[in-house]
Amino acid sequence: MYDFEYVKPGSVAEAVAALQSEDAMAISGGQTLLPTMKARLAQPTKLIDLSGMADMTGISVAADSVTIKGATRHVDVERSADLRGVFPALADLAGGIGDPAVRNRGTIGGSVANNDPAACYPAVCMATGATIHTNAKQVAADDFFQGMFDTALDEGELVTGVTFPIPQRANYQKFLQPASRFAMVGVFVAQYASGVRVGVTGASESGVFRWTEAEAALSANFSADAVPTAPSADGMIGDIHGSPEYRAHLVHVMTKRAVAAS
Amino acid sequence: MPKDTGIGAPVTRTEDVRFATGKGRYTDDFTCMGLHYAYFVRSPHAHAKVTGIDKSAAEAAPGVVAVYDGHQLTGDGVGNLICGWGITSKDGTPMNMGAWSALATNTVRYVGDAVAVVIAESLEAAKDAAELVDVTYEELPVVVTVADATAAGAPQIHPEAAGNQIYDWEIGDEAATDAALASAAKVVEMEITNNRLVPNPMEPRAAMAQYDAGQDHLTLHTTSQNPHVARLVLSAFYQIAPEHKLRVIAPDVGGGFGSKIYIYPEEIVCLWAARKAGVPVKWTADRTEAFITDAHGRDHVSTAKMGFDANNKIVGFKVDTQANLGAYMSLFSSSVPTYLYATLLSGQYNIENIHCNVKTYYTNTVPVDAYRGAGRPEACYLIERMMEKSAKELGVSPAELRRTNFIQEFPHQTPVIMAYDIGDFNATLDAAEAAADVAGFAARKAASEAAGKKRGIGYSCYIEACGIAPSKAVGSLGAGVGLWESAEVRVNPVGSVEVLTGSHSHGQGHETTFAQLVSDRLDLPMDSIKIVHGDTDTVQFGMGTYGSRSGAVGMSAIHKALDKVENKVKKIAAHVLEAAESDIVIEGGAVKVQGTDKQMLWHEVGLAAYTAHNLPDDMEPGLKEGAFYDPTNFTFPAGTYICEVEVDPDTGVTTVENFTAADDFGQVINPLIVGGQVHGGIAQGVGQAMLEHAVYDADGQLQAATYMDYTMPRADDLPMFKVSTHETFCPGNPLGIKGCGEAGAIGSPPALVNAVIDAIGTDDIQMPVTPQAVWKAIHG
Amino acid sequence: MATVSMTVNGKAVSGEIEGRTLLVQFLRETLGLTGTHVGCDTSQCGACVVHVDGEAVKACSALAASCEGAAVTTIEGMANADGSLGTIQKAFQDNHGLQCGFCTPGMVMSAADLLKNNPNPSETEIREYLEGNLCRCTGYHNIVKSIQAAAEAGA
Repeated sequence: MYDFEYVKPGSVAEAVAALQSEDAMAISGGQTLLPTMKARLAQPTKLIDLSGMADMTGISVAADSVTIKGATRHVDVERSADLRGVFPALADLAGGIGDPAVRNRGTIGGSVANNDPAACYPAVCMATGATIHTNAKQVAADDFFQGMFDTALDEGELVTGVTFPIPQRANYQKFLQPASRFAMVGVFVAQYASGVRVGVTGASESGVFRWTEAEAALSANFSADAVPTAPSADGMIGDIHGSPEYRAHLVHVMTKRAVAAS
Repeated sequence: MPKDTGIGAPVTRTEDVRFATGKGRYTDDFTCMGLHYAYFVRSPHAHAKVTGIDKSAAEAAPGVVAVYDGHQLTGDGVGNLICGWGITSKDGTPMNMGAWSALATNTVRYVGDAVAVVIAESLEAAKDAAELVDVTYEELPVVVTVADATAAGAPQIHPEAAGNQIYDWEIGDEAATDAALASAAKVVEMEITNNRLVPNPMEPRAAMAQYDAGQDHLTLHTTSQNPHVARLVLSAFYQIAPEHKLRVIAPDVGGGFGSKIYIYPEEIVCLWAARKAGVPVKWTADRTEAFITDAHGRDHVSTAKMGFDANNKIVGFKVDTQANLGAYMSLFSSSVPTYLYATLLSGQYNIENIHCNVKTYYTNTVPVDAYRGAGRPEACYLIERMMEKSAKELGVSPAELRRTNFIQEFPHQTPVIMAYDIGDFNATLDAAEAAADVAGFAARKAASEAAGKKRGIGYSCYIEACGIAPSKAVGSLGAGVGLWESAEVRVNPVGSVEVLTGSHSHGQGHETTFAQLVSDRLDLPMDSIKIVHGDTDTVQFGMGTYGSRSGAVGMSAIHKALDKVENKVKKIAAHVLEAAESDIVIEGGAVKVQGTDKQMLWHEVGLAAYTAHNLPDDMEPGLKEGAFYDPTNFTFPAGTYICEVEVDPDTGVTTVENFTAADDFGQVINPLIVGGQVHGGIAQGVGQAMLEHAVYDADGQLQAATYMDYTMPRADDLPMFKVSTHETFCPGNPLGIKGCGEAGAIGSPPALVNAVIDAIGTDDIQMPVTPQAVWKAIHG
Repeated sequence: MATVSMTVNGKAVSGEIEGRTLLVQFLRETLGLTGTHVGCDTSQCGACVVHVDGEAVKACSALAASCEGAAVTTIEGMANADGSLGTIQKAFQDNHGLQCGFCTPGMVMSAADLLKNNPNPSETEIREYLEGNLCRCTGYHNIVKSIQAAAEAGA
């Protein structure tokens, strides 16, 4: 990889200040960014390490929501008893990301900010109507994720946390891309008093999306049999592992399974 | 009963201590004073003319000592890479071998073809500078598949190979086979592909070259399965240095599976550059480089016809195969789709008439060569898919059709060269059926169906030709080398024993199994025996390890040398103890006169040999004996594999529920190690059958060039395997060994695919049977 | 260049690094601890797994600079004090859980991480935990057996 200056700030404020210099990038767990940099596909001149910062880590459970700070690792989300008590599907989702060593480094903020079209966290954000906190603003998930690797983050802005409304029931079903073990299709179904939301990752060329037909059907009748037929394959990702048609079909199957398991 | 460290004992491996503690030493672990690093500038295009290389900016970059291109390489007289096995086309013409320079000069022929090398003080400096090498390409149309290569007006890849054809070869009697098929009561036909694979040993290839100007001597540390062959080829064909001025060391090597047999451009360039630049040079492949430069495996398309008489006996088998050999002919590439493939098309069956026509082609892809099994998996897949399809079309059970056609009498001469020496195919089929609980399958299938799943069972009765190989035989078939093996056994004055072997261990555990042979013969403890391999300055000579040959050939050479040692030991003891040689026995760390209490301790014999104070008058001092062993025939491991799968029809996901292997490897030296070889082979076979595929796009870009897209078998893809061995002893070598290294990879793919076909009820599917492929096959 | 200090296998070490120096490079090239291997570029193979502050980490995907002050354990630190094989290492030898040995350090480090968090894992849990460790030799059969044996031995 290209060389860079390594900076370890002590607080969000220091990190944000450091990020103002040209071609500076934030690194959290580095589980996506470092392989990208090793392939020389990113060339930051300064790397701001957010890991382990006191004001960027932790999980807090409120009456109807959970907030996870940006540099909280997947393993900490997976193993949080408090979280598991109120929102087990979110803990399970974190426990299925990557492999154990990756979960010991990777963070929610890194995942959300990167918005990889095959990442898991964007699906739960969409399905819960989560709020993404940055150092500058708060953004609804629907507005935050703006297509593959594209978000509402401005230059030099950090994801400092995510607040998830706690659903009545929820489940995440991931169909693994066989080689990378990323989500080839991941469907998060969450039921609230106000209705059902369905977040789909891995499938679409536009990145994470809400399957609104399924939401409407499931809001009326929360059962696997109510899941509509597969969405259109138009705009679905096609690659050596799955055609757009296969991915569309898997969205249907994974949604049914998520409903049945929630 | 075997001795606790003798032949047949499950001895835990001595080499594991260093590997399990991080003290193994692989090529990339070595360093030296003043070490520099090589990084290659590689073609991003599958086919292009190189119209210019501007190295000036790179040469001026920090830390760079040299930037070299192919014109400098060929200008210094470094020879082109060669294919060492000549194949003659059926019209009598020799194969059409295109020129392959270690650094391309005027044309690049695959993505990854090296055009220049940067030598710098650090790897990162070399990478930084490599980006500054300005290569101008003029892109040419691309050939990716055999269909592309043979299309009208296809781009010509090598001027030496018109129509991109390397050879058009045949084996067997075509007229007789056609007649047999014409007279058959039933002819079954199929079209079948054997998917391209990337070997992927976990240790990437590496090379470190050092030049000693004072001695005018080069030393190469490299990831090789056969360091002496590397030295021979580097000397004789690439003119790197004469053999006595070149030392090749293959230290601990992290897996090979065939891909580390060959001498690649990178080793050649590192050696040449180390002398030219005057600095030691190390290159270590990163994984993506491994994907686009390690020789790939398989990649066949075949059509086959099998004819049966009214009693379901096979009367003829006709096969047409087209093989993709990639952009250049790798070292043994030509032999893989010919003599390592079509000679096995008789399988375990009595077939009077076989004909196979093989056409091979150049394409703009990574060169293809032997990968675990090499030709034999392709043959086995073809036959065993055909047997299962035929059984369904004939309305008999797959096991019954096989039993009807099994060869029962040995030796058996097939119509495709091979003379099977011994086997018991019914025994391994019976054993596999019992271990797989075939009787209980119907109930398990019913349970799966009740849960909305489909269940299937598939068989594969494989045979392979191993112990490669009799030199005279392979020489007559075009091999450029002899395939004997050598050994030297040194008994030191203190009685410890060193065995120098030309075999090479890169995971097979020779340090343990070879020592077991010595322990067995000389009744000595394991810790007084050392197996030495992998260094051309230490070991006399050797042909290396591939083709499941280390036991059958390598250990037979040790056996021969041990005969000589034993003979001399007995002579010395008989002389010193004043007894008849025929009364001397070696046991319990001593050399004894049978029936008396007279004995010499083992180390006293060693000392006597080297002090030479009291030896028979005509005896030379010392106790060191060498032997070369050349087998008289191939060996023929065989067995039955049974795979049981469950398929989720909603997603197409296949789960391997049971995998059973019943193998006949002849004499087993160490059942622990043999079991491990079978497990690993099955995993690679399962990988080929349902996971792995080196897919290219139409531009010749490898789509699966990292572990993000090339599906390696992982722990949760596989079940525990049920393996067992059932010996018939090979009459062709003194130890009765047949070999076990490749069986798993050869026998398993058809068993798995047959099981999936049984589950889903259609055979309109090709490997790998990925979830998508299965889903499409089910749903049309 | 900057200086990084950490504890590796119980010993305080420090060395000069660039910003881009990976933990695995620091271990292999600066400290000469070549038991930690590199088998891929995409953080998939797990040959480089070490423990950082008691947790399994892929040393190819961690910056050396980010390990300032950390306690790192590598395969070289897993043997018993007298140099004999540790419980997991011994289980791998006893059960033929390794062949070429290249993936073995990562497998042993991952196994230790698993058994620390789950002392009695099922076969399925072991296989799932090894998602980030590739082996091309063993078919995983004997690796799973080795970890089961290590668990029984109380590793």
